[in-house]
Amino acid sequence: MATVELKHVRKRFGQQEVVHGVDLAIADREFVAFVGPSGSGKSTLLRMIAGLEEVSEGEVLIDGQPVQNIPPAKRGLAMVFQSYALYPHMTVAENMGFSLRLAGAPRRERDQKVLAVARILDMEPLLHRKPRALSGGQLQRVAIGRAMVRQPKAFLLDEPLSNLDAALQAQMRLELVRLHRELKTTMIYVTHDQVEAMTMADRILVLNEGRVEQVASPLELYQNPASLFVAGFIGAPKMNFLEVQVAQAAEDRCTVTLFQGSALDVPALGAGIAPGARLTLGIRPEHVALEPGGQVEGEIQALEHLGPRTYVHARLADGSKLVAQTAGDTAVREGERVGFGLTAESCHLFDAAGKRLERPGRRP
Amino acid sequence: MRTNWKSRLALTVTGWAAALLIFFPILWMFLTGFKTEITAVATPPALLFRPTLENYSAVLQRADYVQFALNSVVVSLGSTLLALTLAVPAAYAMAFFPTRKTKDILLWMLSTRMLPAVGVLVPIYLLWRSFGLLDTRIGLVLIDAVSVLPIVVWMLFSFFREVPHQILEASRMDGASEREELLHVLLPLSAPGVAATALLSIILSWNEAFWSLNLTTVKAATLTAFTASFANPEGLFWAKLSAASTLAIAPILVFGWVSQKQLVRGLSFGAVK
Repeated sequence: MATVELKHVRKRFGQQEVVHGVDLAIADREFVAFVGPSGSGKSTLLRMIAGLEEVSEGEVLIDGQPVQNIPPAKRGLAMVFQSYALYPHMTVAENMGFSLRLAGAPRRERDQKVLAVARILDMEPLLHRKPRALSGGQLQRVAIGRAMVRQPKAFLLDEPLSNLDAALQAQMRLELVRLHRELKTTMIYVTHDQVEAMTMADRILVLNEGRVEQVASPLELYQNPASLFVAGFIGAPKMNFLEVQVAQAAEDRCTVTLFQGSALDVPALGAGIAPGARLTLGIRPEHVALEPGGQVEGEIQALEHLGPRTYVHARLADGSKLVAQTAGDTAVREGERVGFGLTAESCHLFDAAGKRLERPGRRP
Repeated sequence: MRTNWKSRLALTVTGWAAALLIFFPILWMFLTGFKTEITAVATPPALLFRPTLENYSAVLQRADYVQFALNSVVVSLGSTLLALTLAVPAAYAMAFFPTRKTKDILLWMLSTRMLPAVGVLVPIYLLWRSFGLLDTRIGLVLIDAVSVLPIVVWMLFSFFREVPHQILEASRMDGASEREELLHVLLPLSAPGVAATALLSIILSWNEAFWSLNLTTVKAATLTAFTASFANPEGLFWAKLSAASTLAIAPILVFGWVSQKQLVRGLSFGAVK
C-alpha cells in the first residue's frame, strides 16, 4: 500500500529531454494507467518510478519519501515487464522465489509464499516447469506471480499484455482488475492501448511527447477531452475532426459555420474568441447520425458491419472524412450520397493550439 | 533440384578438400613420428614403412615430458581463469552500461592484438626479470592472460549483449546486487558462450610458444618449448621432432575433440534465444 507522487519530473538522455516536467499524485490503492503513443515517455516515466532510470530533475515520492537515491529493490515496488523477463534457467517456483532468496528468506518461508501466490493465480501445476515450457499466457501469469510474491507496496506494469493474443488480453484484463481489487495495492500500468487503459484504470494519464495532456477518469477523458490529442487518442473509432469558422461567440455558446455553410450552435465558453477565427470541431461517431438534409453531406466510402452497429465511413465534399455510427441493419450502400446530422450538444471545439474550449457549467 | 544437388556436391567436395588440407600436416607429422630418421627425410617420401617407437623413447628419455605437460596445463588453465576473472566484469560493464567511449575501448583492446609480441619483448623481459617472474608459472600465466584478454573480453561482450536487458532489470527489481546479478542471472544465461570462450582461451594459451620460449628455461617451460627444443643447431631430427610435436599436441587435440560440441554450440548460437 503506497502513494506515489511525481513532482516536476524531467528526464534527459544526453541533450535530449524526453519527459518535460510531470506532476502527478497517485492515491493509495489507485489503479492509474499511463497511455500515449510510442515515444511519448510513458515507459520512461514508469522506469523512473521503478528506479531503473535516473530522474534528471524533480522528485519521485513513495509514501511521501523521496526515493531518487534509493535503489530499485529498496523502493518496495515490483515490476512486470512487457517481455515477461523471466529467468529462463530457473523453474517457475525459483523465478517467483528469487527475490525472497536474495533477501535471505529461509527455504520454508519462500516455498510457502510462492505456493500461496501460485494458488491465487491458479498455477500450482506449473511450479516445476521452466519458462520455455510455458505458453504466453502462462508466462504472463508467472511474471505477475513473481511480482506478487514480494508483496510490494505498488505494482508497476509495463505493457504487460501486448505480447498476448486478443482473447487472452481480454481475459487477463479482467484478471488484473480482480487482482487489483483483491490485493488492494496501488497499480501503475503503462500501455499504448487505450482500450486497456479505459477498461482497467481508475484514472488515466495521457502523455504526448513527454508532456501530460490530461489526467482524468476514463469516462471524463472520453466525454471531456482537454485537447485535440486526447480527443483523437481516446476512443475507437476516433473522434471526427472538421474545420469550422466562428460566426458568433457568446458567453456560453459558440456558433460555428461548417464549410458547407450550415451552422452549429455549440455549448462552449466563447469569451475572447473573435468571429472569423478558425477552430476544429470534434464529434464522436455515435453523435453523428444518418439524416437526410443534415448539416453535412458526403459519399459513403466504406461500411464496417459489427453486428449490433455499423460504422459508416464517408468522404465529405471538401475531402475531409467523417465516421458515423448507425444501426446494425442499416440499408445504406457504399457509393451512396447521404446527409449527416451532427448533435451540437455533443460537439467539442478546439483552438488552433489544440486546446479545448471549456464547456459552460463544468468548472468555475 | 538438379542444380541444388550439384551445388551440394561441390560444397561437400570443397569442405572435405579444405579439411584434408588443414589436417594433412598433422597427419604427416603423426606418421613421421613413427619413421626412422632415414625414412623421414627420404625423397620421394616413403608412404609405406615399418613403424618404430624409437623416436618416442628417445624423446621421452631426453626430457621430462610430464613436467612440461603439467606446466602447459597449469599455465593454460591459470591464464584462462585469470583472463575470465578480469574479462567478465569488464564485458558486463561494457555490455550493459555502455558509454560513448565503449566501442573505442573495445577496438583499442583488439588493436593490442595487432602488435607483434616481439615488439614488447624487451620491456616485458626486463619487467619480468625485475619482479623475479622469469621461468615461473606465475610469470607465464600473467603474460598469457594478458595476451588472450582482448579476445576473451570481445567474445564475452558479444555473448552478454544477447542477454535481454529486461531480465537483468527484473533481477535488479528483485533486489539483486551487481555481483548477484552477474552470478545468478547473467553467467548462467550465457553459460554456453562463457564455456566456448574459456575453451578457446585454453587452446590459445596451450599453443602459445613465443613467451614460453623467451621467458622460461627449465622450470616453467611448457610443451611448446619442449617441442622447440628438438629443433637445435646441430641439425633437424625430423622424426624426433615429429614425435615430440605429437606428444605436445595430443592432450589439447583430445581436449578439443571432447569439447568440440560445446565449442561449436557456444560459437554458433546465441546464449539465449
